[in-house]
Amino acid sequence: MNREVYLDNNATTKVAPEVLQEMLPYFCEYYGNPSSAHNFGANVRKRIDAAREKVAQLIGALPEEIIFTSGGTESDNTAIHSALATQPNKKHIITSKVEHPAVLNYCKYLEKNGYKVSYINVDEDGNIDLPELENSIRQDTAIISIMYANNETGVIFPIKRIAEIAKNHGVLVHTDAVQAVGKIPINLKDMQIDMLSISGHKIHSPKGIGVLYIRKNLKFKPFIIGGHQENGLRAGTENVASIIGLGKACELALKNIDYENTKVRELRDKLECGLVEKIKLTKVNGKNAERLPNTLNISFKNVEGEAILLYLNEKRICASSGSACTTGSLEPSHVLMAMKTPFEYAHGSIRFSFSKYNTIEDVDCVLAEMPAIIEKLRNLSPFQD
Amino acid sequence: MWEYSDKVKEHFFNPHNVGKIDDADVVVEVGSAACGDALKLYLKIDNDVITDAKFQTYGCGSAIASSSVLTDMIIGKKLDEVKTITNEDIVKILGGLPPAKIHCSVMAQEAIEKALNVYYGKAAEEKLADGEYIVCHCFNVSNFKIEKVLKEHNLQTVEEVTHYTKAGGACGKCKPNIEKIIQEYYKKGAAKKMTNLEKIERIKSVINSEIRPALQNDGGDIELIDFKNDVVIVKLRGACGGCPMTKMTLKNFVEEVLKEKVDANLTVEEE
Repeated sequence: MNREVYLDNNATTKVAPEVLQEMLPYFCEYYGNPSSAHNFGANVRKRIDAAREKVAQLIGALPEEIIFTSGGTESDNTAIHSALATQPNKKHIITSKVEHPAVLNYCKYLEKNGYKVSYINVDEDGNIDLPELENSIRQDTAIISIMYANNETGVIFPIKRIAEIAKNHGVLVHTDAVQAVGKIPINLKDMQIDMLSISGHKIHSPKGIGVLYIRKNLKFKPFIIGGHQENGLRAGTENVASIIGLGKACELALKNIDYENTKVRELRDKLECGLVEKIKLTKVNGKNAERLPNTLNISFKNVEGEAILLYLNEKRICASSGSACTTGSLEPSHVLMAMKTPFEYAHGSIRFSFSKYNTIEDVDCVLAEMPAIIEKLRNLSPFQD
Repeated sequence: MWEYSDKVKEHFFNPHNVGKIDDADVVVEVGSAACGDALKLYLKIDNDVITDAKFQTYGCGSAIASSSVLTDMIIGKKLDEVKTITNEDIVKILGGLPPAKIHCSVMAQEAIEKALNVYYGKAAEEKLADGEYIVCHCFNVSNFKIEKVLKEHNLQTVEEVTHYTKAGGACGKCKPNIEKIIQEYYKKGAAKKMTNLEKIERIKSVINSEIRPALQNDGGDIELIDFKNDVVIVKLRGACGGCPMTKMTLKNFVEEVLKEKVDANLTVEEE
């Protein structure tokens, strides 16, 4: 095969050609500053507002509830920061053990600065422990920040239920929906979520753009201080072209959501069944939980993940691994560890994540290459059972 | 993904000497599935010469490549020659390894070390020696092992110790203890064993990395002139040269730092 088989869409996605097309005029032609007094700038402002509307539509929000940020990480940091800054007497945060580093490491940083954090456990399928979550709520709990869907396993958390629990106790709720947006339907009219993070580059728009949804009338304190942009909620001259691109990407995502849950799911399922059938001693991580339609996290017993990736890389197949060796840390993925995945499986985990651009040929290619790779590495291994 | 050298890739994709030796004279295993890498080494030894070696490795690209290189290095060699193999020899043949992957070459070195011990009947070294205790429980690394890598590679930071031994690389709870071991090692034991040459090297490095930048901040500078009988002779330059506080600088700063980092017996004098 003479091209990349790209199955790492939870890491980043291709910019949709329609998105790029939409963005191009905003570099050399319509380069005005949206804050300027002249029409040349004001016209750009109108296009930003149109993009804001498209983002709002995708998640069932109001345009004024959307602010643009530099990406998922900034949105996550901002949400937690604001919850603490607006409730200065509350010093406690609840999150999960399987969050993205954008939340997890920010919480660890806050712990060093006098805040208390409860990290809620997940079970072996990756499902969150709701009773533990509810029992962790204290008088001084400022915010519950739980991801919508896990980036490594695709396991979806019951965010609606979590929001209900939080509301019963008068606690704010933020969700990192970076992996969920565009892959499963999200309607914020149905849920009492206070803040939600989106990343552009996971849904076929460029890197370096994101969104924070802030529920109307929510007390908010900005994270980035400066000019009056984004209604005074996020300073800094707008990343105009990327905002326009993200608007287009959200429009496409809304149209595509059925395809994602039928065709993309079919491809994922075919790969999953095929690998389990062709290769002995595998474990699909999060198999019994509700999962994103595009994500397959599968472990091969007694084979180390980085070694698998090196072989896949030779075949121009792009995937990722929760093995210790690929990340530079010495412990395998914190997500698989929280799920109590046995070490001999955790070190050999591979994540394949699909997008609408994947085809059945991609699946066939992996199914053709993978058994030989695993066999070769298992023959090398001193553990032969 | 790591940037691996062509040599690492060559040995990873086509490793040499893979497999078992059914009638091996020595079989040893280092590492474990929990750690993410393990190496089983089979040796055939005849007349103190390694006539054949094979391996089975579970691990990442650099673990497999290090194992392959090790077997190449030892086949046909006398046990005496093999004894002196270090992980750095392996890294060199591999054309370098990323810093976080050095422990893979250490694993290969440990395998041959353990094999020789077993062959010579010193298998008991598995048990902890007197005064030895486990520092890192995640990777089962003892204080002796940490001191060994400190000595062999002149390591200075916890991070470097982690790269070489994995200690502190998982939960991180033992990092303060590793730090303590490093400090104590350089305060006591190491200083006594250091030769004059080693002392001069360390004095130079401490002057360049710590003392000089601090003095330069104040417009001064320092030069190492001579070293004998634990007396460090220096010349202060720049703003420090004519400064009435020179003596204070020498005794309270330069000497203190050198005492702490090199040897408590050092004194500093101006030329």
